[in-house]
Amino acid sequence: MSALMEIRDLTRTFGGGRTIFGTTKPSLQAVRGLSLDLKKGETLGVVGESGCGKSTLARMLVGLDKPSTGTIRLDGEDLTTAGTRALARRVQYVFQDPVSSLNPRQTIRTILEAPMRHLLGLRSEEREKRLQALVEDVNLRPEFLERYPHEFSGGQAQRIGIARALAAEPDIIVLDEPVSALDVSVQAQVLNLLDRLKTERQLTYVFISHDLSVVESVSTRVAVMYFGSVVEEAPGRAMFRAPLHPYTQLLIGSAPIPGRKRGKTADDIAELPDPYNPPPGCPFAPRCPKVEADCRESTPPLEAKDRGPEHKAACFHPLATAERAGSTPPS
Amino acid sequence: MTTAATNTEAQPHAGRKQRSERPSTLALLVNNRLAAAGLVILGVIVATALAAPILPLADPNATNPAGRLAPLFSEGHILGTDALGRDTLSRLIWGARVSLAVGFSASVIAAVVGSAIGLVAGYAGGRTDQVMMRLIDMLMAFPYILLALAIVAILGPGLINALYAIAIVNVPFFARNIRGITIGLARREFVDAARLSGKGPLRILGSDILPNVLPTIVITLSTTVGWMILETAGLSFLGLGAQPPQADLGSMLGEGRKVLFTAPTISLVPGLMIFLIVMSINLIGDGIRDVLDPRLRSGALARPSFRTAILPDRARPASMIDQAATLDVKNLETQFRMGSEVYRAAGGVDLRIARGECLGLVGESGSGKSVTAMSLMGLVPSPPGVIAGGLIGFKGEDLAEAPDKRIRELRGGAVSHVFQDPLATLHPLFPVGDQLVEAIRAHQRIGRSEAETKAEDLLALVRIPNPAARMKALPHELSGGLRQRVSIAMALANDPELIIADEPTTALDVTVQAQVLRLMDDLRRERDAAVLFITHDFGVVSEICERVAVMYAGRIVETGRTDEILKEPTHPYTRMLIDCVPVMGEPERRLDAVPGRPPPVNRLPPGCAFADRCPRAQADCRSGDIPLEAKRGSLEARCLHPLQPGESLT
Repeated sequence: MSALMEIRDLTRTFGGGRTIFGTTKPSLQAVRGLSLDLKKGETLGVVGESGCGKSTLARMLVGLDKPSTGTIRLDGEDLTTAGTRALARRVQYVFQDPVSSLNPRQTIRTILEAPMRHLLGLRSEEREKRLQALVEDVNLRPEFLERYPHEFSGGQAQRIGIARALAAEPDIIVLDEPVSALDVSVQAQVLNLLDRLKTERQLTYVFISHDLSVVESVSTRVAVMYFGSVVEEAPGRAMFRAPLHPYTQLLIGSAPIPGRKRGKTADDIAELPDPYNPPPGCPFAPRCPKVEADCRESTPPLEAKDRGPEHKAACFHPLATAERAGSTPPS
Repeated sequence: MTTAATNTEAQPHAGRKQRSERPSTLALLVNNRLAAAGLVILGVIVATALAAPILPLADPNATNPAGRLAPLFSEGHILGTDALGRDTLSRLIWGARVSLAVGFSASVIAAVVGSAIGLVAGYAGGRTDQVMMRLIDMLMAFPYILLALAIVAILGPGLINALYAIAIVNVPFFARNIRGITIGLARREFVDAARLSGKGPLRILGSDILPNVLPTIVITLSTTVGWMILETAGLSFLGLGAQPPQADLGSMLGEGRKVLFTAPTISLVPGLMIFLIVMSINLIGDGIRDVLDPRLRSGALARPSFRTAILPDRARPASMIDQAATLDVKNLETQFRMGSEVYRAAGGVDLRIARGECLGLVGESGSGKSVTAMSLMGLVPSPPGVIAGGLIGFKGEDLAEAPDKRIRELRGGAVSHVFQDPLATLHPLFPVGDQLVEAIRAHQRIGRSEAETKAEDLLALVRIPNPAARMKALPHELSGGLRQRVSIAMALANDPELIIADEPTTALDVTVQAQVLRLMDDLRRERDAAVLFITHDFGVVSEICERVAVMYAGRIVETGRTDEILKEPTHPYTRMLIDCVPVMGEPERRLDAVPGRPPPVNRLPPGCAFADRCPRAQADCRSGDIPLEAKRGSLEARCLHPLQPGESLT
């Protein structure tokens, strides 16, 4: 499969520049030289904890934010120069909080018609036809079209959000924590719906989440982000079975699992590195159980290790298969 | 947690009914007596002014030197005549007409121009915003009357020029207000969504942002119209507005000034009229603000009550409180009463936690788990919350019977809380150390330095690195995990016997969540404290809780030992709740969504509340009260057709 989207050396810096008095303002790199490929038809899960830059990445993928340096290519065409509208035709976005992503003073009809009108330029009878099909596609009733967002529950609102993303008939949908604001009993509805729509419409998903169990169940490939860059990238099953990067293993070992009680482990208090003053070398080094001198000197590149070309990690001392996840987290 | 309790009303079908029950904006405005009075006064004045041409009034400009300075109630001139013998009543009505017209049009012009500037500046941001706002600042830097005078001096005197002057002077007021709100809205997700729908900036401003700003514009407008009329009168009083012989309230006042001592009524009458107009408009403006402002609407003005109201004639179960248990809640009923609606957020909850035990309370949002927890210490806001029945047994004492003094003593003392969002529960302006010291000294009679040592020990206890330095940190300077540790330290400050933790790890990252859970587990064992742990995550439950209670539509539907419930629950709802969540290491497992939604707690069906969503429901499930009964092992469930071991749902 060829890469549908190519992300190369992407960075996004906030702040910086000078004040009118000539002093430099502090700058913060939310995304630090990230490279990633998105293949047609896959679901790429992006996992990471808050502050790792995954939402900034998502916003850049759909053109809501511009990269400071680096390129995003869609079918070989550079997106960083294309306008938001051209991009929105092909890449759409589903927001985390379904209710606040719908304008409280517009009816669902107005909200869903906007992409058809402004992106596809459809006439009103054509729009009407598609609206009916769209609403049915996401399991909502046609009479919901005349209602306002506050009349819907979280699960319904998220299905409206998905319908809006679909209305533009994109190839790629970026889903930014699409189920984390939902009640557990409706999460499954939305996940199953996303799964069905993907097969029906041959969509490609970028699925961003902090919830590993959700990512594991939906993704074909997973990228783990830490401190603004990808530290491990692999086919989903392979990564969860045997991660290479100690951080991935820490994440997997931390996820609570019903019916399992974790053994006692050494406390892990270490904080994220200060983004205003990033340390040299691997940003995970201060928390890493396998840290050695070279980790603190240079940043390890993201490269294939001993698990085939698909499984890459940015680590000088990757875990061996024997040090399996799930048994005991690093101590 | 009224939001959780009233979540159900967001349902479309229930929502319809809700909306008709909630009074309309106009009805609310009329309900406000002062605003209604203002509305009546202004209505009468405006109607009279509008009807001026058809009323049998004397010509306002016809002079009659012979009948000058006639007193009030003289024949033919009810309000007398002025220095030129013109009829005061007629001039008053015509003058009010002019003043109102000028005041209103100036307000509308200022609102339109100012709002447009505010919208563009707020949405564009960056340099555009800087330039526009600095210009507005310059406009604001002049005293307003001086600026108005300068504008009139340039344009020349006259009503229309005065109107422009007043409009320009008031533009900054609107621009700043609207800009502030627009900045907030421009960062909202629905604006991003509009951009992704292919809308350009102008279209987004017009169709997405403007409708959301409109209430604010109306509020600002309604509170400034009175002021504008006053300013118009001021300019006319100075002779810069209406030119003779045209009548206007301000110029009438100015003319009356000359004969103030011989005929005070001449200036008194237009003065009174200005007072009435401005007063009534301000009353209406305040009323409109109260009605439209969402914060005021949601009851922010209501005085927070110290403790949830407790019905004196509430139903009390006959059984005795278990003296040995730390917490023994029996048949607790907490309701929200809004108008004629009664939301039974907790409809007869039984909870029992022994010393040193951790009970997990699990349920969907709106199931009443938070309300139950808040009811224990009377933290449910009243109105609308009310405890309508049951016993709240704490070490053998019924807290529903306890006096306020006892509750104050217990809060933060023997019973403490840890909430979901530490940023919201810690005071943002005080160092965490000071807040800890305050919490300690509220319950223990010790000196400040001793309390400080104790606070530092607490921070060390919750394993915060370098506690001495962190004592001086403000909440926002700490990461989410450290903040939650501080909250836990605060909860432990006075050796609690019961800790109520409401989703304490939901807002945290997984690695931090694991740390905090471990910490809580260790600490409660060390201190032998009972914990009520509210969560929606069965993974978290198995990490820390010995027993679980599953809540649905305000009642406990199943309870028992954690391992037994997770392995083979008897209640179909518990089974479905466990099955609908993906589990690490089992990516191939099919996720079964729970069909439908919980019933609204103000319209609970008879029988089992889950029957409509339950694949095993039969006719007998839909009538009568279904008791919580022992099933197998440690499990108790509220179900007539419980699952047998190994049995699947379908």
